[in-house]
Amino acid sequence: MDILTSEFFQRALIGGLLIGVTAPLLGLFLVLRRLSMIGDTLAHVSIAGVALGFLIGVYPIAVGLVFALAASFAIEKLRKAYKTYAELSIAIIMSGGVALASFLFTLGKGFNMTVTSYMFGSIYTLNNTDLIVIGVVTVVVLVLIRLHVKELFLLTFDEEAAAVNGLPVRYYNLMMSVLTALVISASIKIVGALLVSALLTIPAACSLVAARSFRQSVFTVVLVAEVAVIAGLLIAGVWNLAPGGTIVLLLIAILLLLLVGRVRFRISG
Amino acid sequence: MPEPYVIDREQTKPIVNTCHADIITLKDVAFSYQSQQVIDKLSFSVQQRDFVGLIGSNGAGKTTLLRMIVGLLKPASGSISLFGTPASQFKDWHRIGYVPQKNSFNPLFPATVREVIMSGLYGRNKLFRRLTKADQIKADEAMHAMNIEDLALKKIGQLSGGQQQRVFLARALINNPELLILDEPTVGIDTETQAGFFHLIKHMHQHHRMTFLMVSHDMDMIQGYLGDKPARECGKLKFYVRHSHDLEDCGETNISHSLKNLRQVLEREKEGVTSWTS
Repeated sequence: MDILTSEFFQRALIGGLLIGVTAPLLGLFLVLRRLSMIGDTLAHVSIAGVALGFLIGVYPIAVGLVFALAASFAIEKLRKAYKTYAELSIAIIMSGGVALASFLFTLGKGFNMTVTSYMFGSIYTLNNTDLIVIGVVTVVVLVLIRLHVKELFLLTFDEEAAAVNGLPVRYYNLMMSVLTALVISASIKIVGALLVSALLTIPAACSLVAARSFRQSVFTVVLVAEVAVIAGLLIAGVWNLAPGGTIVLLLIAILLLLLVGRVRFRISG
Repeated sequence: MPEPYVIDREQTKPIVNTCHADIITLKDVAFSYQSQQVIDKLSFSVQQRDFVGLIGSNGAGKTTLLRMIVGLLKPASGSISLFGTPASQFKDWHRIGYVPQKNSFNPLFPATVREVIMSGLYGRNKLFRRLTKADQIKADEAMHAMNIEDLALKKIGQLSGGQQQRVFLARALINNPELLILDEPTVGIDTETQAGFFHLIKHMHQHHRMTFLMVSHDMDMIQGYLGDKPARECGKLKFYVRHSHDLEDCGETNISHSLKNLRQVLEREKEGVTSWTS
């Protein structure tokens, strides 16, 4: 139990709690707009950025963020080129990111192990800079979503109606792309690039089962994610398991419980 | 019912009568996707208190035209004006209500009827502002007018097609718009409910100061109200027009009753009520 009082564990807990608010909130909007896969794609591309960061000696998360931003704009461009096959653009960018990452790995042989920690997450190695970055990202995301939640709701529900209401639809889409890139680059060190999309999408999947209104679904995603993050970190800390993997497995367990609960509710009701 | 009369919309004379102010003006509008010309040299104007039915087969450019009018697409050439202002500079979007196609949203979407109706208010002038008590009352009135108060807390995806239609109409009416744009509002809805819905729209056209642009593929319904002859044809697009003077003369606005009374008036008329109360 000593681990729970150690400094690195408390840092992990703070980082996890912060990401546990922002990732599922943004994920809710992405899932409702049928963009579930975008998180995975941006995460894979930011790994290439992280690798480049190590190679040129720049703060890796920052380079990862630049890559994620570039990727989200590229996806928007490709989506327009392949209008009816929009998911194609996601597949192209995702494989491009992985290819670039593996290319950069071979260039700088020495840092392979460090980059792997970004693949699967290394929440126990969060330093103060990481926490500050995550904290700033959290504040930015929360403030913008709080200010624009009703407009984002309309945009997500019915983009044409949002345009007819005179909302600047293009600016909102741009804002969401930037926020998604921010959140993903901030969270890859916590859960790992391979698992980021779980934190974005599974809480949203839970809210689709449980919530009876949009308002409720906003609270549901944060609650589900926080429960999984806290419980996951405690379990992983005490039994010495992989924290990222434990958090994601707990998220899936919550989703299964909700699905089973709904089936039973249907039968009895 | 008076005979619908066809108006020649191709001549562009200066407008003197304020009753016939232009609501939507299209001048030589053209649009193409890649190399395929969808709309070419389209000139047409929708005037105050017109009911315009827009008919065309798939790919005729109905949706493209609608998206251009609401500013989601830019015409390749030509100009579009709304209420006399070029569409690119138009700011008074609260004067326009919009009813989407029924299947334009995901049925699993976690939103209540009330949340959807309130979203009709979220425009430029509500940016950075909280919703007020007055906004809540507007939503209550819109729901009352459409007879859907009981559904306020239901998820939108759980409703029947006819109920969803009334929810979207309530959302469009919450701002008391002067122009109502309907995009194939009757797709996927049984004929009885369609008739009730169309009755409601006709009533609003005849008794409210409102202009209508409705995209549809339902020839019978359009021709039944708007006449057999399109006022204007452009490529595969056909515009049917009927102008309403039934209740008020030009300049008199106080006769038009508010949203609040809409339901009472409709219930008094009793016409088409069987499908209305379903």
